[in-house]
Amino acid sequence: MALPLEVRGLSTTLFTRRGEMKAVDGLSLSVGAGETVALVGESGCGKSLSALSIMRLLPDPPARLVGGEVKLNGRDIVTLTEEAMLDIRGQEIGMIFQDPMSSLNPVATVEKQIVEVLRTHTDLGRAAARERARELLELVGMPDAGRRLDAYPHQLSGGMCQRVMIAMAIACSPSVLIADEPTTALDVTVQAQVLALLKKLQTDAGMAMIFITHDLGVVAETADRVVVMYAGRKVEEASVDDLFDAPLHPYTAGLIGATPTPGAARAARLADIPGMVPPLNALPAGCAFAPRCPRVMERCRRERPELSRPTPGRLVACFAAEKDFAPKDGA
Amino acid sequence: MARLLSLHDVHVRFNTAAGVVRAVSGVSLDLAVGETVGLVGESGCGKSTLGKAIMKLVPIAGGEIIVDGVDIAPLNRTELINMRRKVQMIFQDPYGSLNPRSTVGRSIAQPLVIAGWKPDATAERVETLLRWVGLPADAKQRYPHEFSGGQRQRIGIARALALSPKLIICDEPVSALDVSVRAQVINLLEDLKTQFGVSYLFISHDLSVVEHIADRVAVMYLGTIVEAGGRDQIWRSPQHPYTKALLAAAPIANPRAARARQRTVLQGELPSALDPPTGCPFHSRCPIAQDRCKMDKPALRPVGGGALAACHFV
Repeated sequence: MALPLEVRGLSTTLFTRRGEMKAVDGLSLSVGAGETVALVGESGCGKSLSALSIMRLLPDPPARLVGGEVKLNGRDIVTLTEEAMLDIRGQEIGMIFQDPMSSLNPVATVEKQIVEVLRTHTDLGRAAARERARELLELVGMPDAGRRLDAYPHQLSGGMCQRVMIAMAIACSPSVLIADEPTTALDVTVQAQVLALLKKLQTDAGMAMIFITHDLGVVAETADRVVVMYAGRKVEEASVDDLFDAPLHPYTAGLIGATPTPGAARAARLADIPGMVPPLNALPAGCAFAPRCPRVMERCRRERPELSRPTPGRLVACFAAEKDFAPKDGA
Repeated sequence: MARLLSLHDVHVRFNTAAGVVRAVSGVSLDLAVGETVGLVGESGCGKSTLGKAIMKLVPIAGGEIIVDGVDIAPLNRTELINMRRKVQMIFQDPYGSLNPRSTVGRSIAQPLVIAGWKPDATAERVETLLRWVGLPADAKQRYPHEFSGGQRQRIGIARALALSPKLIICDEPVSALDVSVRAQVINLLEDLKTQFGVSYLFISHDLSVVEHIADRVAVMYLGTIVEAGGRDQIWRSPQHPYTKALLAAAPIANPRAARARQRTVLQGELPSALDPPTGCPFHSRCPIAQDRCKMDKPALRPVGGGALAACHFV
């Protein structure tokens, strides 16, 4: 059976007055049923643009998909018309966003927004859709669900709005769910509630999930596999345990070192990564991470490392990491 | 150790159309010279308002705030300007706290100008400050929009340092920054502390950052401190049920440890400060609440190891 989501060589370019920028550059990833793949990286590395490219939600111009395929349950959706996409979004693939307040319609009640999704994609009548909306709100743990149906988004807290977003995203039991920083705007106790809810819904329904976050703590809590992005490209992919046990790419190692670990003895200093993510219209030649890399070699500044498989189950795009695994001379 | 900051039963109230918001109700806290105290809690718990109260940026409804031996409540405008040389503040959004039409040099020089520094000395000081926070000297002719978030936070820190304050109130200074840049700014704050002996009141919702930087920690809930103590004490053996819940909810950047831990997810959300629960403010979400908690507000009292907690059952 085809995987719920298979992305091959996805490339999205932004055509702007300041030139063409490769926002997503040859991204490949696949997500199995019931699996959570975390997409990790700092602002501007292309995580959200990748998600929006998969959903075909980017405005053209300036953004255009210039290559690659996105297979949803075996069918390539890159070439589909916008009309066909309208059927697929919400039905087969759902998405939740970082800021639930601004993703909901401020002048429509919670009920109206959930019912709209249901009436678009299912044959449910008005009364049945309303009943289903209430069930969905209960399913996502909305306190006092029946009464909240008539509420407007501004009458709800951030955590409750995110629950409404989740209810809308899962209303038609999509096989793939993309969660773009779903808990970043929430308080830590509410974040724990939402993460637990997503985990439960995913396990119960066997959804494939892409979880976009910059927070390595959240990655460790939720992901099965991790894809690390830098400057629009995948630089490392590994199981969550392998990645935290032994990061291969210096950028991944830098991210982990820069994250304080609760319970650990207090280190004198956090390991920071000097400099910052380069703007997409001024990427250095060679490896985009080279100017910040502690392991940079002469070759890295000339040549761009491609993804290689130095050891089973892992991918990394780094000459230094490749060298670590290369057979030694004379051995 | 000498006390740099003493808060006694501080109250802050806001009159709004919907009623009186008791943002801070009865907070007492001390901070010694050279110490970093972390103030943690979720949105709306009053931690930022408390920080502003210490700067006298919000009206103080009751209690005493003593900065370096001086009660700030009765100070007039001139005296307040003198007080603010000792206490400075940096904010979460460094862009929102810099004048976009003023060069970085002018922004950093502003406190020096107000303090009556001569132009030559001011210019020299600005250059020194830029060097201390790791920005190039030509930054002073440029405008805030030309800098990244991390660099803007460095500008905010340079301005806060201008008059060699004894205390800097850091209100979520790294919450808007990316991981790698966040580490740079935390390291900078620690270096400056070592170099100049400045103290920090570090306000944050991010427990892992607070654990990294703070010597002592105070946990706030709905305008009151529910637990305070040494950092290790709080992390190793939290006493208050809210502290336990907060620590259990914080993600751990270690997948094996994350899977291994048993945790109960705290239900519900922070009640409104317009209509706080009677008795213990936490009783509506507390897993061990009893009838008594609905009536009696527990006082902060010693619970061993130098820590204080406000709970009837610890």
